Amino acid sequence: MRANERAALKIHEHQAKLLMAARGIPVPLGRVARSVEEAVAAVRPLIEQSSNSVVVLKAQIHAGGRGKGSFVEHPEVRGVNVIADAVEGGPAAAEEKVRQLAKRMLGNTLVTVQTGKEGKTVNRLYLEQGVDIDRELYLAVLLDRARSRNIVMASTEGGVEIEKVAEETPEKILRAEIDPAIGLAQFQANELAHGLGLDGEVARHFQGFVKSLAEAATEVDTDLIEINPLVVTKDGKVIALDGKMAFDDNALFRHPDIAEMRDETEEDPAELAAKDAGLSYIKLDGTIGCMVNGAGLAMATMDTIKHVGGEPANFLDVGGGADAEQVETAFRIITEDPNVRGIFVNIFGGIMRCDTIANGIVEAVQKVGLEVPLVVRLEGTNVKLGKQIIEESGLDVVNADSLLDGAKKILELTERQ
Amino acid sequence: MSILVDKSTRVLVQGLGNTGQFHTGKAIAYGTQMVAGVHPTRAGTTLHLEGETDQSGVPGRDDTYAVDLPVFATVREAVAETGADASVIYVPPPFAADAIMEAVAAELDLVVAITEGIPVADMVVVKRYMEGTSTRLIGPNCPGVITPGECKIGIMPGYIHRRGRIGVVSRSGTLTYEAVHQLTQLDLGQTTAVGIGGDPVNGTSFVEVLNLFEDDEETEGVIMIGEIGGTAEEAAAEFVAKEMTKPVAGFIAGTTAPPGKRMGHAGAIVSGGKGTAEAKIAAMSDAGIVVADTPSGMGEAMRRALG
Repeated sequence: MRANERAALKIHEHQAKLLMAARGIPVPLGRVARSVEEAVAAVRPLIEQSSNSVVVLKAQIHAGGRGKGSFVEHPEVRGVNVIADAVEGGPAAAEEKVRQLAKRMLGNTLVTVQTGKEGKTVNRLYLEQGVDIDRELYLAVLLDRARSRNIVMASTEGGVEIEKVAEETPEKILRAEIDPAIGLAQFQANELAHGLGLDGEVARHFQGFVKSLAEAATEVDTDLIEINPLVVTKDGKVIALDGKMAFDDNALFRHPDIAEMRDETEEDPAELAAKDAGLSYIKLDGTIGCMVNGAGLAMATMDTIKHVGGEPANFLDVGGGADAEQVETAFRIITEDPNVRGIFVNIFGGIMRCDTIANGIVEAVQKVGLEVPLVVRLEGTNVKLGKQIIEESGLDVVNADSLLDGAKKILELTERQ
Repeated sequence: MSILVDKSTRVLVQGLGNTGQFHTGKAIAYGTQMVAGVHPTRAGTTLHLEGETDQSGVPGRDDTYAVDLPVFATVREAVAETGADASVIYVPPPFAADAIMEAVAAELDLVVAITEGIPVADMVVVKRYMEGTSTRLIGPNCPGVITPGECKIGIMPGYIHRRGRIGVVSRSGTLTYEAVHQLTQLDLGQTTAVGIGGDPVNGTSFVEVLNLFEDDEETEGVIMIGEIGGTAEEAAAEFVAKEMTKPVAGFIAGTTAPPGKRMGHAGAIVSGGKGTAEAKIAAMSDAGIVVADTPSGMGEAMRRALG
């Protein structure tokens, strides 16, 4: 949320691989499919181009753990399926298998360790050539906040959860800092290759790979590139078998092509509506809706609700200069959440005046309607006038004197219902 | 005494859009010495600002002010003509990094970047550019710096502040106001309040500001306000334990923030799994920092820490 948990545009694997391929980074051949027919049609050309009879059918969702994840509607089907039917049965056998699987995958719900129990609907598939794997490695480019630079992170432990590696065998994670004035130096690429136990031709392939990846990270303003696994093939090539990319939202103005890759079906509709209104909203599981100005104060308001024994229903930051219309949108979004049994508005007016906010609240309540208790805590510029507006509105709104007082009051009112 | 800014600080403003003009007016109303504006195409003109003064600011001024601020083409020229030693930046995000570097090149002592939404990669370049220079950058994405009764640089409401004995350093804007307001109500007041900003790459860290407060004679205690992500609070806690003689109180926002919403697992690795609120609160408590349970308790926590 905001800067530290700042919004990062995520894209699908097939999009990430397209961006990588365009920058000379080796990826397997693949084709995206949005229908069963498209998936089936992709089989033959892929087998012919790659000279490999094995193809892999992958669900495209913004979450990892697909290989072990399965579909709610068809528990026997995984998110990633290796199809070797063409080895003996020829392309037609593979086409039939792809048809059967694609029918069960498209439009259905994939649950993985990263999706939560509600899972994600699969709207597109990616059909990829098979790869003969010799070794699986891990490679990522991400920001090291303490050093204010991007770093390359690499490990011999590919294909497994990297946070487990970091916890259990941190010595197996290699790092190299990218100097923004120089990029990743050749010696750093050598050191990484050496550290991963690569030599000869394979080491050279890896060095080229990692240097291109570091360059790509800067060029397209990634927040994170993670390739897990990066594979060494049996014929000594270095290829990105998976590819995850997320981008710095603040830099999208200079990458309109990437901004267009946004897949809104992957995002929460309420969070999208909030974003369009210039609000920052994240839905949570609790019962007390909050509306706050400033991300730090919004988080602290959630913390305080929890501290007094309640559960926040959302994070909502209306920003520093919200107008009446934004306040109304915020109210709508909060009240549309069926779990919400009370609302707590917490505003510390600085530049934003409390009377403006108070008028916004009164208007919003009159327009949107209010079926749950509402506690308002106002502090800062024109606070007296703001409180007066709320009291004189005749609305059933409870004033609070402090953040803690407000949290206690809304909890009490919610529990009384 | 105070830190970073005082009544002798001479400030120029980069970015003269609506926001820049509005807050320049507010700064003048508070009594800040705003001496110049910088704008590439409006050079040679003046920016006229007038209004009522903020009587909570620098004492002994008239009820109204009227200023014609000279506008220069470059920061270097503005410095040469006016003797400015600090800059405040309201330049829009795509151009803000360049504006910061221009201010650094002109060898200003202090640059306060208010702009929100600067690309991370731009700030990485700025940090590299600033290596070996003597300019201090506060921010970006911050409310600014204020020494009550002397100088206000930024967007914070001046009137909630009172000159006093406590230093405030924070990553969050409105939580800073919350702390300042409580200190004013408890009659503890502030020496200087510094918003270091919420971006992952910023100019000045908690440790650097704590160090300044430790060396400031007037400051008797410090409130530090952090939030989840990164390891800056852990580093600050270590500094407090080893180097600080003054009492410190604090608060960390984000105990209830859902981990599922964080970007990528890899981010947690760089920080060695130290980004959570729990880890930060534990590190701070271990360092002897009095950590408030809720933001409403920050002022009281400071009073307890003072003993």
